[in-house]
Amino acid sequence: MPDPMRIRAQSAGDKTTVKVLMSHEMETGQRKDPAGKIIPAWFIQQVTAMLNGKPVFTADWGPSVSKNPFLEFVVKGAKAGDRIAITWRDSRGETRTDEATVS
Amino acid sequence: RAALAAYSTAAFEAKTIPELMKALGAGTPVESKDITLTAPDIAENGAVVPVGVSTALPGVKRLLLLVEKNPSVLSAAFDVNEFVEPAFKTRVKMGQTSNVLAVALMADGRVLYAQKEVKVTLGGCGG
Amino acid sequence: PLAREAEAATDKAEAALYDLPPFGNVSLLHMTDCHAQLQPIYFREPSVNIGVAGMQGQLPHLVGESLLKAASLRPGTAVAHALTALDFETATRRYGRVGGFAHLTTLVKRLKASRPGALLLDGGDTWQGSATSLWTNGQDMVDACKLLGVDVMTGHWEFTYGMERVKEIVEKDFAGQVDFVAQNVKTADFGDPVFKPYTLRRINGVTVAIVGQAFPYTPIANPRYMVADWEFGIQDANMQKFVDEARAAGAQLVCLLSHNGMDVDLKLATRVRGIDAIFGGHTHDGVPLAVPVKNAGGTTLVTNAGSNGKFLGVMDFDVKGGRMVDFRYRLLPVFANQLRPDPDMQALIARVRAPFEAKLGEKLAVTDGLLYRRGNFNGSWDQLICDALMDVQGAEIAFSPGFRWGTSLLPGDTITRELLMDQLAITYPHATLTEMSGATIKTVLEDVADNLFNPDPYYQQGGDMVRVGGLSYTMRPDEAMGSRITDMRLNGKPLDADRRYKVAGWAPVAEDAKNAPGVKPVWEHVEAWLRAQGGRVKPRTLNTPKLVAMQGNPGLLGG
Ligand SMILES: [Mn+2]
Ligand SMILES: [Mn+2]
Repeated sequence: MPDPMRIRAQSAGDKTTVKVLMSHEMETGQRKDPAGKIIPAWFIQQVTAMLNGKPVFTADWGPSVSKNPFLEFVVKGAKAGDRIAITWRDSRGETRTDEATVS
Repeated sequence: RAALAAYSTAAFEAKTIPELMKALGAGTPVESKDITLTAPDIAENGAVVPVGVSTALPGVKRLLLLVEKNPSVLSAAFDVNEFVEPAFKTRVKMGQTSNVLAVALMADGRVLYAQKEVKVTLGGCGG
Repeated sequence: PLAREAEAATDKAEAALYDLPPFGNVSLLHMTDCHAQLQPIYFREPSVNIGVAGMQGQLPHLVGESLLKAASLRPGTAVAHALTALDFETATRRYGRVGGFAHLTTLVKRLKASRPGALLLDGGDTWQGSATSLWTNGQDMVDACKLLGVDVMTGHWEFTYGMERVKEIVEKDFAGQVDFVAQNVKTADFGDPVFKPYTLRRINGVTVAIVGQAFPYTPIANPRYMVADWEFGIQDANMQKFVDEARAAGAQLVCLLSHNGMDVDLKLATRVRGIDAIFGGHTHDGVPLAVPVKNAGGTTLVTNAGSNGKFLGVMDFDVKGGRMVDFRYRLLPVFANQLRPDPDMQALIARVRAPFEAKLGEKLAVTDGLLYRRGNFNGSWDQLICDALMDVQGAEIAFSPGFRWGTSLLPGDTITRELLMDQLAITYPHATLTEMSGATIKTVLEDVADNLFNPDPYYQQGGDMVRVGGLSYTMRPDEAMGSRITDMRLNGKPLDADRRYKVAGWAPVAEDAKNAPGVKPVWEHVEAWLRAQGGRVKPRTLNTPKLVAMQGNPGLLGG
């Protein structure tokens, strides 16, 4: 089970800035292990954000996004108390969803 | 709902910018002052380079972040719609000094970009 | 009677050099890059400080007569000696040592007495550079700065004591007394500020903001693992935000206390609006003028106050009707012979040194030649270090980092452990011995050369070129990265890109280097080598690159 995300969602006026830190190796498929064998690629491919259960946007990522990825975006119209959920799905098909309350 | 488009493996395997545009079915990118790229001049850590793309232009469909000299040029693509600001930040890996590009795919078919060189250095020295 | 006469002479000289008539209503005193030198020392300014592209022939890239001419200063004077390497040995014997916290304290007290409300700004590189600072984990300097009356500070080498130590000092030792400001240091997770971005002070009815800018490339120039949870960078946009915020909060005068280095400050001044003056450090440029730089908001004055405790910058502003209307700037040299040491500071220094006196004073050898460090390509001290590392480590080539700190010795001076540690006292002092291919050596030299000579200052890191022992090369500073270094030779033979060479070095930025088997701190090797010289060290033969296309560059003495 992958580690939970850290999510911070802060509203100012009608805009809410969301910052997310995910826990993932983001293995590029270019590195070799000490024995010289290629370590297979394994990375988050898609990230979806939801506001109160409704999708707001999707991001597609390649393996060059850094290990333990960071994402920052701004949602319109959210207010304190609203729920922001983030879901990621990686190249092995594994997924994880975490939530935060807008403050 | 924001449609969950299929993940474009071809786009993420593109080695060059023309190859990437072809994979995305997009035209030739044109440099534009209306696209904002945030990236450091010198990367503090080539494995974790903070980059951001934003624009005030209406009619943006997708925003991309590219590293020209990475093994595959495309790092991240963000779908833009009425629920979010056309402004995203993430962190990417860079193996060497390279141009980084912020690209906007517009609804009218235009492809606009901003770029800057981000230096990846060996480090060590000091005044 | 003789003593009394000497005293009278000191009084008179002090009056002449240090009697600055007050001006205006807000005064800021600025010291920077003292590199933990509590005692008066010698420090030779560079004879090579080349500027290329837009920086060619511009301050701070002027040395010797060219610098004096730009500032309308006469050669042969005390001030000319402080600012240049001209006739260094003769002039040093005449004017004596510079700096020292007890002497600096006297000067600061004098100026504060004539300028009520004046603040003392410390630009950083204050806690590192001496044996006692290293051995006390920076505590000697922290206590000395508090006694000296530092009001606001920013940093660079401070961070090489690690994040926890810096936080401990800022939050405990400095609480309620010294504001550590740095708008460009943020946490690596969510980008939260680590320090106060700026401080607002009320001086004679004027609200003054001092914004802080720590060295932007700390995680690159120094080991990243020491600041693993923090991000730095130049951060113009963030700077503009805080300048605007300070103005909105009523600041009538906004100053930047910067550790960017002067070229970076000069560029930043063209891009950020609303800064009245930048008090800069890091590049150790002793610049006797405030350089005016135009930008969309008006004019920003850019200064740089040298290093090693040699100078105190004195800026007097006249602020009227809510804005700065006039100023006077002086870069005062701190001559130990011309200033009475402050007894309280002298007592503190004695107390700090007491446990270490025997160790500090241990004689290692006498030098027959002048030993100094500063200059773009090499200094005799670095040559000595390279020679020692090659001998002791059995290496064909040696690299020594282009640090700009490190005190000077005159021919005939004794190299004590204290003076050796002035060159070597860092928290990552490990000596290394690595095999590098000719191609890798070229890559390393090109990389460092670009940090020094990139035509865009934002891509520079502000150190000097790596010092090279054994290997000769040709250098074209005005070329592009990858094309500056040519004709690399070892013992006259061209370097083979594919052959592997044994290269000695020290100060590795990679964390694992300190775990290599048998690794020792660099001073053990250099001490062993000095002791093996039989009491005297011959003058070093300086290995400097053959320079191309730099004839007539006023950043070269006699150039
Ligand atoms: Mn310094
Ligand atoms: Mn510095």
